[in-house]
Amino acid sequence: MSVDTTGLTAYRCRELLAGGEVSASELTRAYLDRVAAVDEAVGSFLLVDEAGALAAAAAVDAKPLAERLPWEGVPIGLKDIFCVTDMETTCASRILKGYVPPFDATVVAKLRAAGLIFLGKLNMDEFAMGSSTENSAFAITRNPWDLERVPGGSSGGSAACVAAGEAPWALGTDTGGSIRQPASLCGVVGLKPTYGAVSRYGVVAFASSLDQVGPLTRDVKDAAALLDLVAGRDPRDSTTIGLSEPAGRPERTDLEGLRFGVIKEFGGDAFDAGVSDVFASAVDGVAALGGVCEEVSLPSVERGIAAYYLIAPSEASANLARFDGVRYGHRVAASDDLYEMYVRTRSEGFGPEVKRRIMIGTYALSAGYYDAYYAQAQRTRTLIIKDFEQAFARYDFLISPTSPTPAFKIGERIDDPLTMYLSDLCTIPVNLAALPGISIPAGFAAGLPVGLQIIGPHFSERRMLEAAHALEQRLQVDTVPPLAEVTR
Amino acid sequence: MISREEVEHVARLARLHFSEEELARLQPELGQIIDYVHQLAELDLSGLEVTSHAVALKNVLRSDVPEASLTQEEATRNGPAVERGQFVVPRIG
Repeated sequence: MSVDTTGLTAYRCRELLAGGEVSASELTRAYLDRVAAVDEAVGSFLLVDEAGALAAAAAVDAKPLAERLPWEGVPIGLKDIFCVTDMETTCASRILKGYVPPFDATVVAKLRAAGLIFLGKLNMDEFAMGSSTENSAFAITRNPWDLERVPGGSSGGSAACVAAGEAPWALGTDTGGSIRQPASLCGVVGLKPTYGAVSRYGVVAFASSLDQVGPLTRDVKDAAALLDLVAGRDPRDSTTIGLSEPAGRPERTDLEGLRFGVIKEFGGDAFDAGVSDVFASAVDGVAALGGVCEEVSLPSVERGIAAYYLIAPSEASANLARFDGVRYGHRVAASDDLYEMYVRTRSEGFGPEVKRRIMIGTYALSAGYYDAYYAQAQRTRTLIIKDFEQAFARYDFLISPTSPTPAFKIGERIDDPLTMYLSDLCTIPVNLAALPGISIPAGFAAGLPVGLQIIGPHFSERRMLEAAHALEQRLQVDTVPPLAEVTR
Repeated sequence: MISREEVEHVARLARLHFSEEELARLQPELGQIIDYVHQLAELDLSGLEVTSHAVALKNVLRSDVPEASLTQEEATRNGPAVERGQFVVPRIG
Protein backbone atom coordinates (compact mmCIF):
# COMPACT_ATOMS: atom_id res chain seq x y z
CA MET A 1 0.00 0.00 0.00
CA SER A 2 1.21 3.53 -0.66
CA VAL A 3 1.42 5.76 2.38
CA ASP A 4 0.62 9.47 2.55
CA THR A 5 3.15 10.71 5.10
CA THR A 6 1.68 14.19 5.50
CA GLY A 7 -0.04 14.45 8.84
CA LEU A 8 1.11 10.95 9.83
CA THR A 9 2.05 10.62 13.51
CA ALA A 10 4.54 8.13 14.93
CA TYR A 11 1.73 6.40 16.83
CA ARG A 12 -0.15 5.97 13.54
CA CYS A 13 3.04 4.59 11.90
CA ARG A 14 3.28 2.11 14.76
CA GLU A 15 -0.36 1.04 14.26
CA LEU A 16 0.13 0.60 10.51
CA LEU A 17 3.18 -1.56 11.13
CA ALA A 18 1.61 -3.57 13.96
CA GLY A 19 -1.52 -4.23 11.91
CA GLY A 20 0.59 -5.47 9.03
CA GLU A 21 -0.91 -2.77 6.80
CA VAL A 22 2.51 -1.60 5.68
CA SER A 23 5.97 -3.05 5.96
CA ALA A 24 8.83 -1.12 7.54
CA SER A 25 10.41 -0.99 4.08
CA GLU A 26 7.26 0.51 2.52
CA LEU A 27 6.97 3.05 5.32
CA THR A 28 10.63 4.06 5.08
CA ARG A 29 10.35 4.23 1.29
CA ALA A 30 7.31 6.53 1.64
CA TYR A 31 9.28 8.96 3.82
CA LEU A 32 12.31 8.83 1.51
CA ASP A 33 10.00 9.55 -1.45
CA ARG A 34 8.51 12.48 0.44
CA VAL A 35 12.02 13.81 1.12
CA ALA A 36 12.88 13.41 -2.56
CA ALA A 37 9.70 15.29 -3.53
CA VAL A 38 9.89 18.29 -1.20
CA ASP A 39 13.32 18.64 0.33
CA GLU A 40 14.82 20.55 -2.55
CA ALA A 41 12.31 23.26 -1.62
CA VAL A 42 12.34 22.85 2.18
CA GLY A 43 15.98 21.91 2.82
CA SER A 44 15.51 20.04 6.10
CA PHE A 45 18.18 17.44 5.53
CA LEU A 46 21.97 17.78 5.45
CA LEU A 47 22.35 14.06 4.84
CA VAL A 48 19.81 11.44 3.72
CA ASP A 49 20.94 7.92 4.52
CA GLU A 50 18.74 6.13 2.02
CA ALA A 51 20.79 2.92 1.87
CA GLY A 52 21.20 2.69 5.65
CA ALA A 53 17.52 3.39 6.31
CA LEU A 54 16.31 0.83 3.76
CA ALA A 55 18.72 -1.81 5.07
CA ALA A 56 17.54 -1.22 8.66
CA ALA A 57 13.91 -1.39 7.51
CA ALA A 58 14.54 -4.66 5.65
CA ALA A 59 16.06 -6.11 8.83
CA VAL A 60 12.90 -5.17 10.73
CA ASP A 61 10.70 -6.76 8.07
CA ALA A 62 12.69 -9.99 8.41
CA LYS A 63 11.48 -10.31 12.02
CA PRO A 64 8.02 -11.74 12.76
CA LEU A 65 5.57 -9.04 13.95
CA ALA A 66 5.13 -10.73 17.32
CA GLU A 67 8.84 -10.48 18.07
CA ARG A 68 9.21 -6.77 17.35
CA LEU A 69 9.60 -3.99 19.87
CA PRO A 70 6.75 -1.41 20.01
CA TRP A 71 8.46 1.28 17.91
CA GLU A 72 10.52 -1.00 15.72
CA GLY A 73 10.46 0.12 12.10
CA VAL A 74 9.23 3.68 12.76
CA PRO A 75 11.47 6.23 10.97
CA ILE A 76 12.99 9.31 12.64
CA GLY A 77 15.13 12.31 11.67
CA LEU A 78 18.09 13.45 13.79
CA LYS A 79 19.46 16.95 14.21
CA ASP A 80 23.05 16.98 12.96
CA ILE A 81 24.31 17.54 16.52
CA PHE A 82 23.95 13.87 17.53
CA CYS A 83 26.88 11.53 17.01
CA VAL A 84 25.83 8.48 15.00
CA THR A 85 28.35 5.71 14.35
CA ASP A 86 29.67 5.89 10.78
CA MET A 87 27.31 8.77 9.83
CA GLU A 88 28.89 12.16 9.15
CA THR A 89 28.12 14.60 11.98
CA THR A 90 28.97 18.24 11.28
CA CYS A 91 26.86 20.39 13.63
CA ALA A 92 26.35 22.40 10.41
CA SER A 93 29.94 23.68 10.75
CA ARG A 94 32.81 23.66 8.29
CA ILE A 95 35.13 22.84 11.18
CA LEU A 96 33.48 19.42 11.59
CA LYS A 97 33.04 18.69 7.87
CA GLY A 98 34.00 15.08 7.26
CA TYR A 99 33.80 14.06 10.92
CA VAL A 100 32.47 10.48 11.13
CA PRO A 101 31.87 9.49 14.76
CA PRO A 102 33.18 6.12 15.92
CA PHE A 103 30.35 5.94 18.50
CA ASP A 104 26.63 6.60 19.08
CA ALA A 105 25.33 9.33 21.36
CA THR A 106 23.44 7.69 24.24
CA VAL A 107 20.09 8.90 22.85
CA VAL A 108 20.99 7.50 19.42
CA ALA A 109 21.98 4.16 20.96
CA LYS A 110 18.62 4.06 22.75
CA LEU A 111 16.69 4.77 19.55
CA ARG A 112 18.76 2.19 17.69
CA ALA A 113 18.06 -0.41 20.38
CA ALA A 114 14.34 0.43 20.14
CA GLY A 115 14.48 -0.35 16.41
CA LEU A 116 13.86 3.12 14.96
CA ILE A 117 14.98 3.81 11.40
CA PHE A 118 17.37 6.77 10.96
CA LEU A 119 16.42 8.71 7.82
CA GLY A 120 19.38 11.08 8.10
CA LYS A 121 20.79 14.26 9.63
CA LEU A 122 18.87 17.53 9.84
CA ASN A 123 20.02 21.07 9.27
CA MET A 124 20.56 23.49 12.16
CA ASP A 125 22.30 26.71 13.07
CA GLU A 126 26.04 26.09 13.30
CA PHE A 127 26.76 24.59 16.75
CA ALA A 128 23.08 25.29 17.61
CA MET A 129 23.78 29.03 17.79
CA GLY A 130 20.89 30.87 16.22
CA SER A 131 17.13 31.22 15.94
CA SER A 132 16.60 30.83 12.19
CA THR A 133 18.88 28.02 10.91
CA GLU A 134 20.45 30.69 8.65
CA ASN A 135 23.76 30.16 10.48
CA SER A 136 24.18 26.71 8.95
CA ALA A 137 27.44 26.60 6.96
CA PHE A 138 25.85 24.29 4.39
CA ALA A 139 22.20 24.95 3.57
CA ILE A 140 19.19 27.18 3.96
CA THR A 141 16.11 25.56 5.46
CA ARG A 142 12.74 27.07 4.53
CA ASN A 143 9.53 27.14 6.53
CA PRO A 144 7.05 24.66 4.98
CA TRP A 145 4.23 27.16 5.63
CA ASP A 146 5.94 29.90 3.61
CA LEU A 147 9.13 29.10 1.74
CA GLU A 148 10.29 32.75 1.94
CA ARG A 149 10.46 32.47 5.72
CA VAL A 150 12.77 30.84 8.24
CA PRO A 151 11.81 27.67 10.10
CA GLY A 152 13.23 29.09 13.34
CA GLY A 153 16.24 27.59 15.00
CA SER A 154 18.48 26.18 15.96
CA SER A 155 16.59 22.88 15.38
CA GLY A 156 15.06 24.34 12.20
CA GLY A 157 15.67 21.25 10.06
CA SER A 158 14.03 19.05 12.71
CA ALA A 159 10.92 21.26 12.91
CA ALA A 160 10.62 21.74 9.13
CA CYS A 161 11.00 18.04 8.34
CA VAL A 162 8.21 17.07 10.75
CA ALA A 163 5.93 19.86 9.48
CA ALA A 164 6.57 18.85 5.85
CA GLY A 165 5.88 15.14 6.49
CA GLU A 166 9.49 14.16 5.73
CA ALA A 167 9.70 12.25 9.04
CA PRO A 168 7.00 11.40 11.60
CA TRP A 169 9.17 12.88 14.34
CA ALA A 170 12.65 14.20 14.98
CA LEU A 171 15.11 14.73 17.78
CA GLY A 172 16.51 18.18 18.53
CA THR A 173 18.33 20.10 21.25
CA ASP A 174 17.30 23.20 23.17
CA THR A 175 19.74 25.56 24.90
CA GLY A 176 17.66 28.76 24.87
CA GLY A 177 14.59 27.76 22.84
CA SER A 178 16.10 25.76 19.99
CA ILE A 179 13.35 23.10 20.07
CA ARG A 180 10.34 25.18 21.15
CA GLN A 181 10.86 28.26 18.93
CA PRO A 182 11.21 26.34 15.62
CA ALA A 183 8.32 24.08 16.70
CA SER A 184 6.23 27.23 17.18
CA LEU A 185 7.25 28.71 13.82
CA CYS A 186 6.62 25.45 11.91
CA GLY A 187 3.37 24.42 13.60
CA VAL A 188 4.63 21.29 15.37
CA VAL A 189 5.02 20.20 19.00
CA GLY A 190 8.43 20.76 20.63
CA LEU A 191 9.40 19.65 24.12
CA LYS A 192 12.41 20.72 26.16
CA PRO A 193 12.64 18.35 29.13
CA THR A 194 13.91 19.26 32.58
CA TYR A 195 17.70 19.67 32.65
CA GLY A 196 18.98 16.25 33.65
CA ALA A 197 16.12 14.23 32.14
CA VAL A 198 18.01 13.20 28.98
CA SER A 199 21.68 12.33 28.42
CA ARG A 200 23.90 14.66 26.38
CA TYR A 201 26.67 12.08 25.91
CA GLY A 202 27.61 12.23 22.23
CA VAL A 203 25.68 15.47 21.67
CA VAL A 204 28.03 18.22 20.50
CA ALA A 205 28.17 20.62 23.45
CA PHE A 206 27.13 24.28 23.18
CA ALA A 207 26.37 25.59 26.70
CA SER A 208 26.61 22.69 29.09
CA SER A 209 24.60 24.12 31.99
CA LEU A 210 21.65 24.73 29.60
CA ASP A 211 21.73 22.14 26.78
CA GLN A 212 18.95 19.55 26.75
CA VAL A 213 17.75 16.98 24.19
CA GLY A 214 14.08 16.69 23.25
CA PRO A 215 11.44 15.67 20.69
CA LEU A 216 9.80 17.55 17.81
CA THR A 217 6.58 15.81 16.82
CA ARG A 218 3.19 16.21 15.16
CA ASP A 219 1.27 15.87 18.43
CA VAL A 220 1.63 15.70 22.20
CA LYS A 221 1.25 11.90 22.42
CA ASP A 222 4.21 11.41 20.12
CA ALA A 223 6.26 13.88 22.18
CA ALA A 224 5.56 11.87 25.34
CA ALA A 225 6.53 8.62 23.58
CA LEU A 226 9.79 9.97 22.16
CA LEU A 227 10.68 11.49 25.53
CA ASP A 228 10.22 8.09 27.18
CA LEU A 229 12.41 6.49 24.51
CA VAL A 230 15.38 8.81 25.15
CA ALA A 231 15.11 9.82 28.85
CA GLY A 232 17.00 8.26 31.70
CA ARG A 233 20.08 8.43 33.86
CA ASP A 234 23.31 7.82 31.98
CA PRO A 235 26.62 7.03 33.72
CA ARG A 236 28.29 8.84 30.79
CA ASP A 237 26.55 12.15 31.57
CA SER A 238 26.90 12.86 35.27
CA THR A 239 24.27 15.63 35.10
CA THR A 240 21.51 13.12 34.30
CA ILE A 241 18.84 12.12 36.79
CA GLY A 242 16.17 10.75 34.43
CA LEU A 243 12.42 11.30 34.70
CA SER A 244 10.68 10.76 38.03
CA GLU A 245 8.02 8.76 36.16
CA PRO A 246 7.54 7.88 32.48
CA ALA A 247 5.46 10.36 30.47
CA GLY A 248 3.28 7.50 29.24
CA ARG A 249 0.46 8.10 26.78
CA PRO A 250 -1.40 11.34 27.62
CA GLU A 251 -5.19 10.90 27.55
CA ARG A 252 -6.47 13.80 29.62
CA THR A 253 -9.14 15.99 27.99
CA ASP A 254 -9.94 18.53 30.73
CA LEU A 255 -8.00 20.95 32.90
CA GLU A 256 -10.29 20.89 35.95
CA GLY A 257 -8.53 21.79 39.17
CA LEU A 258 -5.40 23.14 37.47
CA ARG A 259 -4.11 26.67 37.94
CA PHE A 260 -2.29 28.44 35.12
CA GLY A 261 -0.21 31.60 35.58
CA VAL A 262 -0.14 33.78 32.46
CA ILE A 263 3.29 35.43 32.48
CA LYS A 264 2.72 39.18 32.33
CA GLU A 265 6.19 40.02 31.02
CA PHE A 266 5.65 37.84 27.93
CA GLY A 267 3.08 40.03 26.24
CA GLY A 268 2.41 43.62 25.29
CA ASP A 269 3.60 45.93 22.55
CA ALA A 270 6.75 44.01 21.66
CA PHE A 271 4.56 41.07 20.63
CA ASP A 272 3.04 40.63 17.19
CA ALA A 273 -0.69 41.42 17.39
CA GLY A 274 -1.60 38.18 15.63
CA VAL A 275 0.43 36.20 18.16
CA SER A 276 -1.29 38.00 21.04
CA ASP A 277 -4.74 37.22 19.54
CA VAL A 278 -3.98 33.53 19.13
CA PHE A 279 -2.58 33.39 22.64
CA ALA A 280 -5.68 35.12 24.10
CA SER A 281 -7.96 32.57 22.39
CA ALA A 282 -5.85 29.73 23.74
CA VAL A 283 -6.14 31.15 27.27
CA ASP A 284 -9.93 31.15 26.76
CA GLY A 285 -9.58 27.51 25.73
CA VAL A 286 -7.76 26.70 28.98
CA ALA A 287 -10.60 28.33 30.94
CA ALA A 288 -13.25 26.48 28.89
CA LEU A 289 -11.62 23.20 29.91
CA GLY A 290 -11.92 24.13 33.56
CA GLY A 291 -8.44 25.54 34.15
CA VAL A 292 -8.04 28.71 36.19
CA CYS A 293 -5.95 31.40 34.47
CA GLU A 294 -4.50 34.40 36.28
CA GLU A 295 -1.88 36.93 35.30
CA VAL A 296 1.38 36.52 37.21
CA SER A 297 4.43 38.74 37.17
CA LEU A 298 7.98 37.33 37.06
CA PRO A 299 9.95 40.59 36.92
CA SER A 300 13.38 38.99 36.59
CA VAL A 301 12.62 37.14 33.34
CA GLU A 302 13.14 40.40 31.46
CA ARG A 303 16.82 40.04 32.39
CA GLY A 304 16.88 36.54 30.93
CA ILE A 305 18.32 37.44 27.54
CA ALA A 306 21.14 39.50 29.07
CA ALA A 307 22.03 36.67 31.47
CA TYR A 308 21.81 34.09 28.70
CA TYR A 309 24.04 36.05 26.32
CA LEU A 310 26.75 36.00 28.96
CA ILE A 311 26.34 32.46 30.30
CA ALA A 312 25.82 30.62 27.00
CA PRO A 313 28.73 32.28 25.11
CA SER A 314 31.02 31.85 28.13
CA GLU A 315 30.33 28.13 28.27
CA ALA A 316 30.50 27.91 24.46
CA SER A 317 33.90 29.61 24.36
CA ALA A 318 35.20 26.87 26.66
CA ASN A 319 33.39 23.99 24.91
CA LEU A 320 34.52 25.09 21.44
CA ALA A 321 38.18 25.29 22.47
CA ARG A 322 38.34 21.59 21.52
CA PHE A 323 38.00 22.45 17.83
CA ASP A 324 41.68 23.02 17.18
CA GLY A 325 42.44 20.93 14.09
CA VAL A 326 44.18 18.16 16.02
CA ARG A 327 41.75 15.33 16.77
CA TYR A 328 38.94 15.76 14.25
CA GLY A 329 37.53 17.93 11.54
CA HIS A 330 39.11 20.65 9.50
CA ARG A 331 42.79 21.67 9.63
CA VAL A 332 44.43 24.34 7.48
CA ALA A 333 46.53 22.93 4.69
CA ALA A 334 50.05 24.18 5.31
CA SER A 335 51.10 25.41 8.69
CA ASP A 336 54.42 24.82 10.41
CA ASP A 337 53.65 26.44 13.75
CA LEU A 338 51.11 25.19 16.31
CA TYR A 339 49.66 28.55 17.39
CA GLU A 340 49.34 29.60 13.76
CA MET A 341 47.64 26.29 12.92
CA TYR A 342 45.07 26.77 15.72
CA VAL A 343 44.28 30.32 14.69
CA ARG A 344 43.96 29.68 10.98
CA THR A 345 42.00 26.44 11.44
CA ARG A 346 39.49 28.06 13.76
CA SER A 347 39.21 31.25 11.71
CA GLU A 348 38.49 29.25 8.54
CA GLY A 349 36.31 26.65 10.23
CA PHE A 350 33.88 28.73 12.32
CA GLY A 351 31.16 30.94 10.86
CA PRO A 352 30.47 34.56 11.89
CA GLU A 353 27.86 33.93 14.62
CA VAL A 354 29.97 31.23 16.29
CA LYS A 355 32.98 33.57 16.26
CA ARG A 356 30.86 36.38 17.72
CA ARG A 357 29.77 34.16 20.60
CA ILE A 358 33.27 32.83 21.25
CA MET A 359 34.46 36.45 21.38
CA ILE A 360 31.69 37.50 23.80
CA GLY A 361 32.33 34.49 26.01
CA THR A 362 36.09 34.93 26.02
CA TYR A 363 35.65 38.61 26.85
CA ALA A 364 33.17 37.88 29.68
CA LEU A 365 35.50 35.31 31.24
CA SER A 366 38.70 37.32 30.81
CA ALA A 367 40.61 38.88 33.67
CA GLY A 368 38.93 41.93 35.15
CA TYR A 369 35.48 41.24 33.69
CA TYR A 370 34.56 37.90 35.28
CA ASP A 371 32.75 39.32 38.31
CA ALA A 372 31.00 42.12 36.45
CA TYR A 373 29.66 39.82 33.73
CA TYR A 374 29.76 36.06 34.23
CA ALA A 375 29.26 35.98 37.99
CA GLN A 376 26.60 38.69 37.78
CA ALA A 377 24.78 36.67 35.09
CA GLN A 378 24.87 33.60 37.37
CA ARG A 379 23.35 35.69 40.18
CA THR A 380 20.64 36.90 37.80
CA ARG A 381 20.01 33.24 37.07
CA THR A 382 19.41 32.67 40.78
CA LEU A 383 16.92 35.57 40.75
CA ILE A 384 15.04 34.02 37.81
CA ILE A 385 14.94 30.62 39.55
CA LYS A 386 13.46 32.26 42.66
CA ASP A 387 10.76 34.00 40.61
CA PHE A 388 9.75 30.69 39.03
CA GLU A 389 9.75 28.95 42.45
CA GLN A 390 7.39 31.60 43.83
CA ALA A 391 5.10 31.29 40.82
CA PHE A 392 4.97 27.49 41.07
CA ALA A 393 3.94 27.80 44.72
CA ARG A 394 0.68 29.27 43.40
CA TYR A 395 0.27 27.74 39.95
CA ASP A 396 0.57 24.26 38.47
CA PHE A 397 1.84 25.62 35.16
CA LEU A 398 2.86 28.89 33.56
CA ILE A 399 1.87 29.79 30.01
CA SER A 400 3.00 32.29 27.38
CA PRO A 401 3.38 32.59 23.63
CA THR A 402 6.43 30.56 22.59
CA SER A 403 7.82 33.30 20.33
CA PRO A 404 6.99 37.02 20.15
CA THR A 405 6.46 36.78 16.38
CA PRO A 406 5.54 34.16 13.77
CA ALA A 407 8.18 33.05 11.25
CA PHE A 408 10.14 36.01 9.86
CA LYS A 409 11.57 36.43 6.36
CA ILE A 410 14.85 34.79 5.41
CA GLY A 411 17.55 37.48 5.68
CA GLU A 412 15.41 39.84 7.75
CA ARG A 413 17.35 39.58 11.02
CA ILE A 414 20.63 37.97 10.06
CA ASP A 415 22.60 41.23 10.12
CA ASP A 416 21.18 42.28 13.47
CA PRO A 417 22.33 39.82 16.16
CA LEU A 418 20.53 41.54 19.03
CA THR A 419 17.13 41.50 17.30
CA MET A 420 17.70 37.85 16.46
CA TYR A 421 18.46 37.15 20.12
CA LEU A 422 15.11 38.68 21.13
CA SER A 423 13.35 35.81 19.27
CA ASP A 424 14.05 33.71 22.36
CA LEU A 425 12.68 36.09 24.99
CA CYS A 426 10.02 33.65 26.26
CA THR A 427 12.04 30.46 26.03
CA ILE A 428 15.45 31.44 27.49
CA PRO A 429 14.38 31.85 31.15
CA VAL A 430 13.07 28.25 31.08
CA ASN A 431 16.56 26.94 30.27
CA LEU A 432 18.16 29.22 32.86
CA ALA A 433 15.87 27.70 35.51
CA ALA A 434 16.32 24.13 34.12
CA LEU A 435 12.54 23.73 33.78
CA PRO A 436 10.58 21.62 31.29
CA GLY A 437 8.70 23.55 28.61
CA ILE A 438 6.57 22.53 25.65
CA SER A 439 5.35 24.45 22.61
CA ILE A 440 2.12 23.28 21.01
CA PRO A 441 0.41 24.72 17.92
CA ALA A 442 -2.23 27.21 19.07
CA GLY A 443 -3.43 28.78 15.82
CA PHE A 444 -2.34 31.04 12.98
CA ALA A 445 -1.40 34.70 12.49
CA ALA A 446 -1.73 35.74 8.83
CA GLY A 447 -1.44 32.11 7.77
CA LEU A 448 1.66 31.41 9.87
CA PRO A 449 1.69 28.99 12.83
CA VAL A 450 1.75 30.37 16.36
CA GLY A 451 2.81 28.24 19.33
CA LEU A 452 1.79 28.33 22.97
CA GLN A 453 4.35 27.50 25.64
CA ILE A 454 3.50 25.58 28.82
CA ILE A 455 6.17 25.63 31.53
CA GLY A 456 6.12 23.22 34.48
CA PRO A 457 8.12 22.63 37.66
CA HIS A 458 11.21 20.39 37.54
CA PHE A 459 10.40 16.83 36.43
CA SER A 460 6.68 17.54 35.93
CA GLU A 461 6.81 16.22 32.35
CA ARG A 462 4.03 13.68 32.78
CA ARG A 463 1.53 16.19 34.19
CA MET A 464 2.66 18.88 31.74
CA LEU A 465 2.13 16.58 28.76
CA GLU A 466 -1.34 15.59 30.09
CA ALA A 467 -2.30 19.27 30.27
CA ALA A 468 -0.79 19.97 26.84
CA HIS A 469 -2.76 17.06 25.39
CA ALA A 470 -6.03 18.35 26.82
CA LEU A 471 -5.43 21.78 25.33
CA GLU A 472 -4.30 20.33 22.00
CA GLN A 473 -7.56 18.35 21.73
CA ARG A 474 -9.53 21.53 22.48
CA LEU A 475 -7.67 23.76 19.99
CA GLN A 476 -7.73 21.26 17.09
CA VAL A 477 -5.16 23.14 15.00
CA ASP A 478 -4.68 21.78 11.47
CA THR A 479 -0.93 21.23 11.31
CA VAL A 480 -0.53 20.08 7.71
CA PRO A 481 1.00 22.96 5.70
CA PRO A 482 -0.39 23.85 2.26
CA LEU A 483 2.95 22.68 0.84
CA ALA A 484 1.65 19.18 1.38
CA GLU A 485 -1.48 19.82 -0.65
CA VAL A 486 0.41 21.23 -3.59
CA THR A 487 2.76 18.30 -3.91
CA ARG A 488 0.48 15.53 -2.67
CA MET B 1 31.71 49.76 24.13
CA ILE B 2 34.75 47.70 23.37
CA SER B 3 37.95 49.14 21.91
CA ARG B 4 39.76 47.89 18.85
CA GLU B 5 42.70 46.86 21.07
CA GLU B 6 40.39 44.84 23.35
CA VAL B 7 38.84 43.06 20.37
CA GLU B 8 42.29 42.10 19.10
CA HIS B 9 43.38 40.98 22.58
CA VAL B 10 40.27 38.79 23.05
CA ALA B 11 40.73 37.35 19.55
CA ARG B 12 44.26 36.26 20.49
CA LEU B 13 42.95 34.61 23.67
CA ALA B 14 40.27 32.80 21.63
CA ARG B 15 42.75 31.71 18.92
CA LEU B 16 40.87 33.61 16.24
CA HIS B 17 42.06 36.01 13.58
CA PHE B 18 39.93 38.66 11.88
CA SER B 19 40.65 40.58 8.70
CA GLU B 20 40.45 44.40 8.69
CA GLU B 21 37.04 44.15 7.04
CA GLU B 22 35.78 41.65 9.65
CA LEU B 23 37.11 43.78 12.51
CA ALA B 24 35.31 46.84 11.17
CA ARG B 25 32.03 44.93 11.40
CA LEU B 26 32.75 42.93 14.56
CA GLN B 27 33.81 45.79 16.84
CA PRO B 28 30.46 47.63 16.77
CA GLU B 29 28.51 44.34 16.89
CA LEU B 30 30.33 43.23 20.02
CA GLY B 31 29.94 46.73 21.44
CA GLN B 32 26.19 46.59 20.92
CA ILE B 33 25.91 43.17 22.62
CA ILE B 34 28.14 44.20 25.52
CA ASP B 35 26.16 47.41 26.01
CA TYR B 36 23.00 45.28 26.18
CA VAL B 37 24.32 42.75 28.70
CA HIS B 38 25.87 45.56 30.74
CA GLN B 39 22.38 46.12 32.27
CA LEU B 40 23.26 43.27 34.64
CA ALA B 41 26.45 44.91 35.88
CA GLU B 42 24.30 47.72 37.23
CA LEU B 43 21.97 45.49 39.31
CA ASP B 44 22.53 45.10 43.03
CA LEU B 45 22.52 41.32 43.45
CA SER B 46 24.92 41.24 46.37
CA GLY B 47 22.78 38.93 48.54
CA LEU B 48 22.38 36.25 45.87
CA GLU B 49 24.36 33.06 45.34
CA VAL B 50 25.69 32.31 41.88
CA THR B 51 23.91 29.42 40.12
CA SER B 52 26.22 27.19 38.12
CA HIS B 53 23.90 24.18 38.14
CA ALA B 54 20.15 24.66 38.40
CA VAL B 55 19.10 21.13 39.42
CA ALA B 56 19.95 19.72 42.85
CA LEU B 57 22.68 17.17 42.22
CA LYS B 58 26.16 16.79 43.66
CA ASN B 59 29.03 14.37 44.05
CA VAL B 60 27.99 11.98 41.32
CA LEU B 61 30.27 8.98 41.68
CA ARG B 62 30.68 5.66 39.93
CA SER B 63 32.69 2.52 40.61
CA ASP B 64 36.21 2.65 39.25
CA VAL B 65 35.86 -0.40 37.03
CA PRO B 66 37.55 -0.67 33.64
CA GLU B 67 35.19 -1.23 30.72
CA ALA B 68 35.39 -1.48 26.96
CA SER B 69 36.15 1.79 25.21
CA LEU B 70 37.14 2.98 21.74
CA THR B 71 40.20 1.34 20.23
CA GLN B 72 43.18 3.55 19.46
CA GLU B 73 42.42 3.18 15.76
CA GLU B 74 38.79 4.32 16.29
CA ALA B 75 39.81 7.17 18.54
CA THR B 76 42.34 8.56 16.09
CA ARG B 77 40.67 7.84 12.75
CA ASN B 78 39.20 11.35 12.45
CA GLY B 79 42.52 13.08 13.03
CA PRO B 80 43.68 15.22 10.10
CA ALA B 81 47.25 13.94 10.59
CA VAL B 82 47.90 10.65 12.38
CA GLU B 83 51.09 8.60 12.51
CA ARG B 84 51.56 5.29 14.35
CA GLY B 85 48.40 5.84 16.37
CA GLN B 86 49.38 9.36 17.44
CA PHE B 87 48.04 12.79 16.46
CA VAL B 88 50.66 14.79 14.58
CA VAL B 89 50.87 18.55 15.23
CA PRO B 90 53.17 21.27 13.90
CA ARG B 91 56.10 22.22 16.12
CA ILE B 92 55.33 24.51 19.05
CA GLY B 93 56.75 27.84 17.88
